[in-house]
Amino acid sequence: MTSTTTPYRGEHDDTPLPAGGPNPPAGPDKNTGESLGREAWRRLKQNKAAMASLVILTLMALICFIGPHLLPWALDEVDWSNFQTAPSLENGHYFGTDANGRDILVRTLFGGQVSLSVALVATFVSLVIGVLYGAVAGYVGGRTDNLMMRFVDIMYSLPFMFLVILLMVVFGRNIFLIYAAIGAVEWLDMARIVRGQTLALKRREFIEAAHALGVGGPTIVRRHLIPNTLGPVIIYVTLTVPKVILLESFLSFLGLGVQEPLTSWGVLISEGKDMMESAPWMLIVPSVFLAVTLFCLNFLGDGLRDALDPKTR
Amino acid sequence: MLSYTLKRLAFAVPTLLVVITISFFLMRAAPGGPFDGERQLPPEIEANLKAAYHLDEPLPMQYLRYMGNLAQGDFGPSFKYKDFSVTELIMQGFPVSLEIGGLAIGLALLIGLPLGVIAALKRNSTIDYLVMSLALGGIAVPNFVIAPIMALVFGVLLGWLPAGGWNGGALPNLVLPVIALSIQQIAYIARMMRASMIETMGSHFIRTARAKGLSEVQVVLRHALRPSLLPVVSYLGPAIAAIVTGSVVIEQIFGIPGIGRYFVQGALNRDYTLVMGTVVFYGALIVLMNLLVDLLYSALDPQIRYND
Repeated sequence: MTSTTTPYRGEHDDTPLPAGGPNPPAGPDKNTGESLGREAWRRLKQNKAAMASLVILTLMALICFIGPHLLPWALDEVDWSNFQTAPSLENGHYFGTDANGRDILVRTLFGGQVSLSVALVATFVSLVIGVLYGAVAGYVGGRTDNLMMRFVDIMYSLPFMFLVILLMVVFGRNIFLIYAAIGAVEWLDMARIVRGQTLALKRREFIEAAHALGVGGPTIVRRHLIPNTLGPVIIYVTLTVPKVILLESFLSFLGLGVQEPLTSWGVLISEGKDMMESAPWMLIVPSVFLAVTLFCLNFLGDGLRDALDPKTR
Repeated sequence: MLSYTLKRLAFAVPTLLVVITISFFLMRAAPGGPFDGERQLPPEIEANLKAAYHLDEPLPMQYLRYMGNLAQGDFGPSFKYKDFSVTELIMQGFPVSLEIGGLAIGLALLIGLPLGVIAALKRNSTIDYLVMSLALGGIAVPNFVIAPIMALVFGVLLGWLPAGGWNGGALPNLVLPVIALSIQQIAYIARMMRASMIETMGSHFIRTARAKGLSEVQVVLRHALRPSLLPVVSYLGPAIAAIVTGSVVIEQIFGIPGIGRYFVQGALNRDYTLVMGTVVFYGALIVLMNLLVDLLYSALDPQIRYND
């Protein structure tokens, strides 16, 4: 099922197209190097939703990491005169306080630091494992490939919740291990994608040329194969980040994630859920932060996919 | 076709064996045991308990014993739910999870597929943007946010439906959990259906169908729909297995006695047999669903034939 609408190379190179237009320009061949990146960036800039998301995400990260220093409250500071007060401008708790008199805004921002950093680190872990695994399996091929991919199939048949919980139980509930545990279950799709790409790439002439020049296997994988799989990998990474944020909040929601005194959006949502009748702001504030972040990440991911993959739409 | 199915089923056995082995030893690697509760048991009693459940034997022996029992269809007794066997627990919880999950998947298909098709056919129109924004919303707002809000609004504030409880599967008790569970699926299915429908509508055989003078409705219904379903089908296989084995969040929020909670509780309580039982059950279901997906593939796409 190939698309008939893919234009030939260079057809639209200098005519600006409306974002999401029916007939986007084809990207240059992957082996013309950096211009793929520049082309993608140009197309991404035309996508208003994606650019707006990029701006909002940058702001979100800045607010989460700088905001707490500008607010008068500390993460677990108790305001003895304001227990569970609704959002108000007068007492300085713009988003209210929880049942222990702690400022919801400060807690949400701190929670954002945890959620965002978990997302980045866990995605990075899954990226490293998945890309290496997939590239090696695809490049070596044959029985090794078969064996490695069977292992991935088997991992798919394990309920991943169970896997994460067990990893958590075995290694204790350290925040870095949450990163690692999430990364360790999220690499499967990445490995499959990279393997598929590698299988297609390794028959190309430039790999053969590298072989003929006497370049060794590990170097070919590192220098020639992995850089050429980056397009689909970047797309998948932007889809993994929201998945990981969701997973982390989900674990925290079940009481398996980060622990006091640290907090995360999932923890705050879980606390807010129990209080939602008497203090709905405790649920609403962290939920809105989480939803906005996930929204923007998804928009950005869609935009990047359109920008990097000339075949889709 | 038949030989292919048999071959796949034969391959499922070693897959499951590895899954069981990994889970067994991973579970045992976790510190603590099923009998460390708040109350410290006298050492003699604990020793007796362990002997009764064969936990005093060396690990390889326990493994062989477990595998032997499993081969006879015996999942063993639960450590935490006294007087219940794991089989009984699963058989009690599974119909509940299956009912909620099955209804949710049905609802998701009923709403998600048409939405995706309409969005694809009216690409870049207001309807398309509306549907896709809604779908993105369904993905961006996790169900552990939607579900409590739904329970609060419809259960507590408006009082239209019960905010929780199972009540033997009475219809009013089903509505909120099924909707909460299906929202995310609707979003995924609509997005996937839109993307694959757009790709199909650009292909040669659609042009041919149009050229021979078929009406647009016929083009869509008779030619475009079937191949467009392929990605949705391959998504649905594992998704159905995951959903009918229970959503921990939904079951917790609405107080539903399904089997989703066993995954979490069992692992936390070190209820070894219960966890193993649910893992085996889930693993078997995944393998089965993946097989069904592959068979459905050949039914949907005549280019795919399993000859060997």
